Amino acid sequence: MPVPSPSSPSPVVAPPSGPILEVTDLRTHFFTDDGVLPAVDGVTFTIPRGKTLALVGESGCGKSVTSYSILRLIQRPGRLVGGRILLHSQRSGTIDIAALGEDDDLLYHVRGGLVSMIFQEPMTALSPVHTVGDQICEAILLHQDVTPAEARRRAVEMLRKVGVSAPDRRIDQYPHELSGGMRQRIVIAMALVCDPELLIADEPTTALDVTLQAQILSLIKGLQSEMGCSVLLITHDLGVVAQAADEVAVMYLGRIVETGSVRALLKSPRHPYTRGLLKSLPSLNQGRRLCSIAGSVPSLSAIPVGCPFHPRCDHAVAGRCDVGAPPPLRSVGAGHQVACVRAEELPPMAFHAPADGSRTPTSPPRSAVDDGGVSP
Amino acid sequence: MNVSASAMTTPPSPPPAPEPLVRVRGLCKYFPIRGKGILSKVVATVRAVDDLNFDLFPGETLGLVGESGSGKTTAARCLLRALDPTAGDVLFRTPGGATVNLATLPERALKPLRPHLQMIFQDPYSSLNPRMTVGEIVAEPLLIHRMGTRREQEERVVDILRRVGLKAEHRTRYPHAFSGGQRQRIGIARALIMRPSFIVADEAVSALDVSVQAQVLNLLKDLQEEFKLTYLFVAHNLDVVRHFCDRVAVLYAGRVVELAPAAELFSQPKHPYTRALLSAVPWPDPDVRMRFDVPGEVADPSRLPSGCAFHPRCPACFGPCKTQRPELKRLSPTFVQVACHLHSPAD
Repeated sequence: MPVPSPSSPSPVVAPPSGPILEVTDLRTHFFTDDGVLPAVDGVTFTIPRGKTLALVGESGCGKSVTSYSILRLIQRPGRLVGGRILLHSQRSGTIDIAALGEDDDLLYHVRGGLVSMIFQEPMTALSPVHTVGDQICEAILLHQDVTPAEARRRAVEMLRKVGVSAPDRRIDQYPHELSGGMRQRIVIAMALVCDPELLIADEPTTALDVTLQAQILSLIKGLQSEMGCSVLLITHDLGVVAQAADEVAVMYLGRIVETGSVRALLKSPRHPYTRGLLKSLPSLNQGRRLCSIAGSVPSLSAIPVGCPFHPRCDHAVAGRCDVGAPPPLRSVGAGHQVACVRAEELPPMAFHAPADGSRTPTSPPRSAVDDGGVSP
Repeated sequence: MNVSASAMTTPPSPPPAPEPLVRVRGLCKYFPIRGKGILSKVVATVRAVDDLNFDLFPGETLGLVGESGSGKTTAARCLLRALDPTAGDVLFRTPGGATVNLATLPERALKPLRPHLQMIFQDPYSSLNPRMTVGEIVAEPLLIHRMGTRREQEERVVDILRRVGLKAEHRTRYPHAFSGGQRQRIGIARALIMRPSFIVADEAVSALDVSVQAQVLNLLKDLQEEFKLTYLFVAHNLDVVRHFCDRVAVLYAGRVVELAPAAELFSQPKHPYTRALLSAVPWPDPDVRMRFDVPGEVADPSRLPSGCAFHPRCPACFGPCKTQRPELKRLSPTFVQVACHLHSPAD
């Protein structure tokens, strides 16, 4: 196990109940020919130990850049320009990942050893010229002091845990010989084989069918409770959030606009953007037309003054929403924070309750769109 | 393959029964797998689409859903003859009232029909030529079919851009200047400029963010009313399909296992596979738990199981399932068609 380098803070064993990760005022900017693009601009959140925090937003909101920043995987022209990323590891004490040098041994220990990542597209996350076993064993041999034979035994054991059938045969196969679902299980096995304390899952099911998605999400959940790790889940799908997360943070243009428990956020969202996202979902729409958010996400090079969402917001008022600095997160309930100056003035948003109790996954409500037959 | 038997169980036309715009009968698409070498023999056959039968009525939206590898894209491409079907008929009623078989028509006879049959593609980033301006992209079908003078073409481009929510001045810009949702609008404008009657939308909103997806779905609905369009809507997102489609066909291993009006399909799914598929949809409500307890993965279309292709994964598998392939049958008095031994046509 690598020894903490002198540049890092002195290790302090964190209490098991505290948060696993505290991100404070994280800023990651991209320095391009067109100017500085603030992809992540002042993001603050904590992940409670053993829980799952979902980071949600549309493309370009900065959710992936946030997760890459935590592992210090940002490449030029991007740079971490500010903030703290405190990892409260039980094995290695508290580490400020943001303060580590690029070549710090501790950073290599954090990557893959304490924090690991599941990528979106399993085929690009796996090497096509190495066997599954080689790829899993590489992580073990890098982070643990074991013999190659022992590494292989652990890899087989991990493959069995993630539900790969005939693991002692699969371990010698190449990724192209496996189905998409199998590949994603391999990627998960690679991420979990070193027993990480924090797992970052970047759109782990976006490339998969719903059936596989359900299997993979329940697999991650099962392994999480078995191995006791915490999860940062990056997704754009509010359905996945409801099913897989405990806490949510909604991002828009590099900032968190609303954060709270899954229940608070999905049942009584306060920010107009969160509400817009929920109203855009076909599953929560009874009407013939879908509600949508006007316009599209502006470019990072032209972020609107004031609240960045105000040009698309139905509730924006001139003189309050379009001036000054972006509104900060304010508490509006237990653990529920919103970055909207009008949060208290907006009427509560009530979703249609399942009046007939039919709202179960096997029998979702009838949609008013369908008249039961052929349209005229 | 038993084409004659399936022809007897053709889908019923729900009343009031207008003449179908497209009738698909016994449509098959097989891909041979060859061994190594140049003159190698066929070692296996992938039955990507196997004996499809359904009708498309004017002005309706039929959803085609299924997991990846279920054959939905292959079926959609065969319908438009982007692929040559191995067997079967695609009977298309032309605006003139004649019925032609798109599956067997020679290429030369097909070209004058192409304007009526258009496609909207999945990826708005790869389906637009980056070296052409938006005006050129949208006008290209008019040039290919030599329709109108230059001036008339110009007017039609401006008109169609306006109808899909873009502006006339967007004509001179290149695709890279547009967001994903706007690019998809360009693709829609290109499909609509020929005034088609039948549009295949292959995962047309899958690549878009939810808020933009809602805008494009609303646009497609509006255009359907305005131009009296008939859509074949290929998608894997069941929420979108439930909202957008009038009827839905569920594909498994190249065959339709259930075809029903969307409301019936989603409220009372009949086929065990449909039930499994719906139960896997994550609902955006923490109180409604998704569950999916069907083991295994989609059947390999080159090694289909005997009998019902779903039987190795089916929780309700019994006697005849392993040996007898269930035909798609209508459950009277409903308009639900299902291919499952659990549902005899009498119940």
